[in-house]
Amino acid sequence: MNAIECHDLTKTYQGFTLDHITFSLPAGCILGLVGENGAGKSTTLRLLMNAISRDGGQVSLLGTDNQSPDFLQTKQDIGVVLDEACLPEVITPRELGKLMSLTYTRWDQTQYDQYLAQFSIPREKKFKEFSRGMKMKLAIAAALSHHPKLLLLDEATSGLDPMVRDEVLEVFNDFTRDESHTVVLSSHIVSDLEKICDYIAFLHKGKLVLFEEKDLLLEEYALVKLSQSQLAELDPAAVVGVKEGPYGAEALVKRGLIPGHFVTEHTNLEDIILFLAKDGKQNL
Amino acid sequence: MNILITNTSDKPIYEQIFTQLRDQILHGALQPGQPLPSIRSLAKDLRVSVITTKRAYEELEKAGYVYTVPAKGSYVAEKNTQLIRETYLTQIEEHMNQIFALAASCGLGEEELVDLLRLLYQDQH
Repeated sequence: MNAIECHDLTKTYQGFTLDHITFSLPAGCILGLVGENGAGKSTTLRLLMNAISRDGGQVSLLGTDNQSPDFLQTKQDIGVVLDEACLPEVITPRELGKLMSLTYTRWDQTQYDQYLAQFSIPREKKFKEFSRGMKMKLAIAAALSHHPKLLLLDEATSGLDPMVRDEVLEVFNDFTRDESHTVVLSSHIVSDLEKICDYIAFLHKGKLVLFEEKDLLLEEYALVKLSQSQLAELDPAAVVGVKEGPYGAEALVKRGLIPGHFVTEHTNLEDIILFLAKDGKQNL
Repeated sequence: MNILITNTSDKPIYEQIFTQLRDQILHGALQPGQPLPSIRSLAKDLRVSVITTKRAYEELEKAGYVYTVPAKGSYVAEKNTQLIRETYLTQIEEHMNQIFALAASCGLGEEELVDLLRLLYQDQH
């Protein structure tokens, strides 16, 4: 079953169009949403939840159309963390637990207490006194404690220090040990996504440039360092992007399309994204 | 059971899982009938994609090293000596083809090549 089906999703703001986004994500997978600031990541996530109105297209989450009356029930199965946790300033984590238990039918207080302890979140501190990282961790703990099947996370790891980020990623990784559990997380920390994602979606200026299995991407692309004359030899179809400098060039290429005598280097997600985002040409 | 994944290797990750499991089956570190970890738990523990792990298991099954019981999991298959011999033969052929290519590029003839092979063989035994 696909956890997310998204067809031709379109939304226009002044000066920005989210342009016919189409993808489907199988259940049990982690999708990483990458893109520059303003690429449309948050817009996409909000549209998936039908939190803002769309101009066109169709979305269904966990098999339910997000504009059908049944979607209200489906929301019980979805955990959401937005880039800014919007909670009343005076609320404490203990009180938040109480509030959530009235909202979600499957609220699990024990689980929540466990996450509070794991993330060392003080139970009686007021929300406004929390640091950004603490707010994020609280939001994640709350989102995970009503046993969701789908987690939508917008920049949930930004503002966290590397240790906590790793801890949080581990929680997401464990969450998908159950094959009915699916995660979508947006981040501009590409290395985080490389660590845990099964699929990568790359949004660029409102368009979905890429939607691919992460490991296939890393298999398909490679880096080569070469001289200008060697560069001219290469099949243009093989070259995705080039960085040229005074002493030579670096190119991102499709592994299968280049002659065997070129020495290829293993690339990483960050390089691939950077090359694709710069539309090819750039200077070293 | 050890499986070591390197991200710097040019070898695709599914292939790394495939070869390492295959080698452990061939060397007997994994015994026939022994259950393999589930695709999902292996993927999560190795921090690689579920899809990649699935692909490695599918390749292992295709090559006859493991079999899958629906809804239960994958198990190490009985060792098929014929199959293993077959695999090794193909590998030997591949290496020999490389030898021929090298020999041709430095003008080494058939006689010399055979002599060299005999010499090395005697050294080994």
